[in-house]
Amino acid sequence: MVENMSDSTVSRRRAIALAGVGVAGVAGAAALGGALVRGAVDEHDEQASGATAAGAVPFTGANQAGIITPAQDRLHFVAFDVVTKDRARLIQMLKDWTAAAQRMTNGQDAGPVGATAGILEAPPDDTGEAIGLPASGLTLTVGFGPTLFRDASGRDRFGIADKKPAALADLPQFPGDTIDANISNGDICVQACANDPQVAVHAIRNLARIGIGVVAVRWSQLGFGRTSSTTQAQATPRNLFGFKDGTANLKAEETQAIHDYLWVQDGDGPAWMTGGSYMVTRKIRMLIESWDRTSLGEQEDIIGRVKGTGAAVGQANEFDEIDLTAKTADGEPVIKVDAHVRLAHPTVNGGVKLLRRGYNFVDGSDGLGRLNAGLFFIAYQRDPRKQFVPIQLNLARHDAMNEYVRHVSTGLFACPPGVTSAGDYWGSALFA
Amino acid sequence: MRTPRLVTLVAVGAVSGALAACSGGSDDTAAAGPDGPITVKATDTACEVSKSTLNAGTHVFAVTNSGAKVTEFYVYATGDRVMGEVENITPGLSRELRVELPAGTYQTACKPGMIGTGIRAALTVSGSSAPLTEDAALQQASESYTRYITSQSEALEQKTADFVAAVKAGDVQKSKDLFPVARTYYERIEPVAEIFGDLDPKIDGREDGATKELPFTGFHKLEKDLWTTGDISKDGPIADQLLTDVKAIAAKAKAEKLSPLQLANGAKELLDEVANGKITGEEDRYSHTDLWDFAANVDGSQAAVAALRPALEQRDPALVKQIDEGFTNVDAELAKYRDGDGWKLWNTLTEAQLKGLSDAINTLAEPISKIAGVIAAK
Repeated sequence: MVENMSDSTVSRRRAIALAGVGVAGVAGAAALGGALVRGAVDEHDEQASGATAAGAVPFTGANQAGIITPAQDRLHFVAFDVVTKDRARLIQMLKDWTAAAQRMTNGQDAGPVGATAGILEAPPDDTGEAIGLPASGLTLTVGFGPTLFRDASGRDRFGIADKKPAALADLPQFPGDTIDANISNGDICVQACANDPQVAVHAIRNLARIGIGVVAVRWSQLGFGRTSSTTQAQATPRNLFGFKDGTANLKAEETQAIHDYLWVQDGDGPAWMTGGSYMVTRKIRMLIESWDRTSLGEQEDIIGRVKGTGAAVGQANEFDEIDLTAKTADGEPVIKVDAHVRLAHPTVNGGVKLLRRGYNFVDGSDGLGRLNAGLFFIAYQRDPRKQFVPIQLNLARHDAMNEYVRHVSTGLFACPPGVTSAGDYWGSALFA
Repeated sequence: MRTPRLVTLVAVGAVSGALAACSGGSDDTAAAGPDGPITVKATDTACEVSKSTLNAGTHVFAVTNSGAKVTEFYVYATGDRVMGEVENITPGLSRELRVELPAGTYQTACKPGMIGTGIRAALTVSGSSAPLTEDAALQQASESYTRYITSQSEALEQKTADFVAAVKAGDVQKSKDLFPVARTYYERIEPVAEIFGDLDPKIDGREDGATKELPFTGFHKLEKDLWTTGDISKDGPIADQLLTDVKAIAAKAKAEKLSPLQLANGAKELLDEVANGKITGEEDRYSHTDLWDFAANVDGSQAAVAALRPALEQRDPALVKQIDEGFTNVDAELAKYRDGDGWKLWNTLTEAQLKGLSDAINTLAEPISKIAGVIAAK
């Protein structure tokens, strides 16, 4: 009905977005997914990286952006229930989402008409709160939960049950879990990360709106202050316990480890997941007030790191090699047997690693006046059965930190490979 | 895609003329037709219409309710577009419906208990009729909706009078029973009612919205007294004022002719009412009869959409299909909470059940929000 349906998309902030495209172009030519070079730019000018932080991260690539992309500062994560039974409608929504995601990650409005260009009588196809804001490094990463393939009664919902990867097996119940089902799991998730919280919220809000009738929001989570670095260029941030978090994280530059532990490889399972990765989410409430009245020495013993430098206990600098065998003069282990770093360390977990990409969260205060805060843990991996599950079992049983944390939400999603061409869409190989 | 406005205005006149010509003569001859009025025998379980085929023209349906429940009678075009209806036919009563029917396929429906989709039967009207131009379709939308508003307003007056009488008689139980029923008619036409300045807050205002100038009166003040203290002994003046205000608003509503764009926005606003007032339990916070209002808002929205249907079918049939699915989905979700001829109380639903209703409303409201743009697009 609207005659002017042709591509009238104008970026929200033309000059900056174009600058971003320039950077992205170089990145795309130089490296996988383009994300690495943007990371390299960050490395040299992290503080004054306004233009870079504002720029666009390429949406297309062999892998989805938002995984090894240098972790942005803000998160809006959402999990949806699919409410339609119609496979064609689900596919159409994934196509619509892909088109909108491509536009928004490029700093443009969600719909082809835009927030202000349409007729006055109709609601705009973009909600408008990102007008004037640059792309802000926005990435949108989609994942499919186990329940998309089969419902609770085992029924094949969309003719894709035979494509469900074995690696997408439900996570076990871990000792001490206090999971709230209402804020856990979901059929489809979208992780929006950006350097501007409003840009991340805008993206999720518009995708949710596009999806109405096909999906319904099940739960969502805002996060701030990335708690992991995913490239060597980024300084290690601190979590709400006040400790550096992610020193030993899997980093984008570790090519061999990325191959071994992050991306699903040919032959791992169904072909549609090759180039993808499995995402585990855990909302971990921290018992902030109790932690804050714990002595510095005990805090460091529990974590296994020195609070100031982030070095492993017994070492001088953050990245000095941890020595799990070191003993004190009394013959006691320098790193306590129940210290978090020891139990999470690859050497006690068969050498496996995770790419963590979590965020701090503060959901205001609870009814008792306590900070409702903690870590929204996100980890990507090649096979959760060999990575997250054994590591978390070990932590859940023995970690001294358990006294100060409660896992209140859980999620597992299969994130397909990236969108590679114009007609491609999120999950195309799954629904082929 | 569409002819310029000036030309189409001429076309409206031409087509209206053509339609009148097709209807096979003057209203009088049709109404007095050789076989007299079409009889409808309504009971609590049946709806016997004496004819299932008619010639195009104006017809009179004589509806007799021999059931034990209050009933309604409708003639629907495709998509439940109301061609004519009579509301509030109490047991033992007979009422007549006069309706102009161009050639086409229709459905008749009785709604014993005034709830659900009713007992339906096919009705075929033969004759020739020219397809409507887009603008003629839009003009008919306003007329069709005016018919709906008129019948709802009449029922609103009657049911409010019953409720007010019960309150003044001090009959708490009867007042409680009639409260959600009277409100049903109000909630169906709420977007129209809201046009008229202070009348809506006086009739339907909530305690937290009251001011010195507009104190807490109307339905919800009586609701509060009925459900919290049960003391309505001093509520006579409030009840009288409610009836006066309802009569005033009904008279104004019947005289109001909404534009197609107002209809489109009204359909959306009714669903916003559901999303923001009923699912949250705010509307009927003392009685928790929110699902009555919920169903009534959805009815009203559907009536507005149905009035616009011929125009929408011409411009965006895919949207019509989406909206139809949306209404079906809401009806199915709502049907889970039927309780006799009424609805379960809001406070007996779980959070998950309310989310199911909320999702269904959002799924419907999104395509409905697109109607205005489709109607307005040139």
